[in-house]
Amino acid sequence: MNLTVIIMFLVFVGATLVITYFASKRTNSTKDFYTAGGGLTGWQNGLAISGDYLSAASFLGIAGAIALWGFDGFFYSVGYLTAYLVVLYIVAEPLRNLGKYTVADMIAARFEMKKVRAFAALSSITIVIFYMLAQLVGAGALIQLLFDIPYSVSVIIVGIMMTIYVLFGGMTATSWVQMVKAILLMIGTILISFLVLLQFNFNIFTMFGEMKNITAPELEGSFLNPGAQGESPLNNISLMIALLFGTAGLPHILMRFFTVRDAKTARSSVMWATWIIGIFYILTIFLGFGAAALLTREEIIAANPAGNMAAPLLAERLGGDLLMSFVAAVAFATILAVVAGLVLSGASAFAHDIYAQVIKKGQVSESQQMLAAKIAAFSVSVLSIILAIFAQDQNVAFLVSLAFCVAASANLPVIVYTIFWKRFNTQGAIAGIITGLVVSLVLVILSPNVMDPSGAGFIAVEPIFPLNNPALISVPAGFIGAFLGTFLGKPESHEKYREVKVKSVTGISTSDVSH
Amino acid sequence: MSEIDYRKIASQPEFESLLKKRNKFILPISIFFIIATLLFPVLTGYTDILNNEAFGNISWAWIYALLLFIMVWTLVTVYMKRAKAFDKEADEIIRKYREGEYK
Repeated sequence: MNLTVIIMFLVFVGATLVITYFASKRTNSTKDFYTAGGGLTGWQNGLAISGDYLSAASFLGIAGAIALWGFDGFFYSVGYLTAYLVVLYIVAEPLRNLGKYTVADMIAARFEMKKVRAFAALSSITIVIFYMLAQLVGAGALIQLLFDIPYSVSVIIVGIMMTIYVLFGGMTATSWVQMVKAILLMIGTILISFLVLLQFNFNIFTMFGEMKNITAPELEGSFLNPGAQGESPLNNISLMIALLFGTAGLPHILMRFFTVRDAKTARSSVMWATWIIGIFYILTIFLGFGAAALLTREEIIAANPAGNMAAPLLAERLGGDLLMSFVAAVAFATILAVVAGLVLSGASAFAHDIYAQVIKKGQVSESQQMLAAKIAAFSVSVLSIILAIFAQDQNVAFLVSLAFCVAASANLPVIVYTIFWKRFNTQGAIAGIITGLVVSLVLVILSPNVMDPSGAGFIAVEPIFPLNNPALISVPAGFIGAFLGTFLGKPESHEKYREVKVKSVTGISTSDVSH
Repeated sequence: MSEIDYRKIASQPEFESLLKKRNKFILPISIFFIIATLLFPVLTGYTDILNNEAFGNISWAWIYALLLFIMVWTLVTVYMKRAKAFDKEADEIIRKYREGEYK
């Protein structure tokens, strides 16, 4: 580890602690804690959404995958981005108009049953745990690689930082850390892309031409065309379904829509986010191609078999120690911004949904709620740090796509029916969440992620279910489960649906009529 | 704080027409982008048509991906425009309700 890395690292940590200090002074109520007071502007929240969404896996992982697998490495970026159309067209505005702090709020706006809220919170917590575990384990390995710090120490450093941000600065600190991270990430990627393009005299055709000549024994086809990685088509389709429909069900992303004043600002934050995220994904092509052209394949694989070191190594080649250190610092910032958002959404599901609404039935004082939120945030952090330390040697990267899958199968069907289907009822909502959740989990346990005769999974047997990602089956299952549950359950009065419709379309609230 | 009479608002023709217009706008576009996105892994997985070169060394697979990116930005812009028009109608409904014009 050299001096530049240490300085950049300390500057970032120092700056975010200053942010947290100022944020803590503005975090006086539960609303401040969960939603930063609901006063973020569209571009601020758009930046924060990007910061929340673009994980280290997208930054280092996709760049590396493109460097090793060409087109196949880039392929999924398409799903990660178009998912925001689902967010914008279907979910964002009704969510903002109906909810307060969590996704469960929105569903509970129609079904006041405590059970519905409890199940909605359960699926959010499942998603957060999977996502968090994958992020933390990845973070530990990454920091070990970048800074040469032992795995468990890395996890603890990340864990302590995320706990400080959330516990003291709540959503305000988390949002600003995410914004700073998004800006750093964009500066880093734009800079490296520029240096890469300079190598090709800004001629994209020359660049693609050079990529065409890349060959390697493990490539099952041309580097520039689909299929080099040899994935089965059904696997690709299934994962694409999970990404497309999952984003609109991810609790930590949806929670960001409560940090803005109204539906109008919610939609403009999606607009900002799609531009930032889209441009970022396009730039990863240049990062990946740059690494493929300027580094050798052996070099990339030797540093990390998944290609995670391609971007940092490329930065070193192009801009020496200074740029490499900057990229390492950006990767660190990236990890922190994502896990902080996850802690907060996990805490809101425990403290707001389960404790305040289900157990206490809404009869809690402001100070009790705040205390519960902080205890929940602290517990979520500690628990995930412990889990991550134990999971060090496990291959948990698939948990990210599983989190998307659960979000798409358990959350999205219920969200869609809540907004658009008149007949939908309590039993339907519960059945939808349970079916989506159970089918996803069971199929993953039967999949090659867990059952692998080569020993790469957890159990050394032939997988019973062939696909890595169950979304192809579990998303329709979630929709059908909710549909059947509705017809088996009792019809309910349409009074609540009327309210949901009026609120979600007009955004009317009591403050509109009380003055 | 006064209770809002949702039944009254929901039964106004202005509200019904706004709701219908919104759904008519959202539904076809949503179906379109869902198909456009899911068609991509189907085409790359089961056919070779995207492997042919479109411009220079750039094959149709890259062009399709780029078009999906452009689709996202275009549809976001379209949504922003339409939503602004819907906002006006919604504000009008809220104003009328608040001023007691709905009986």
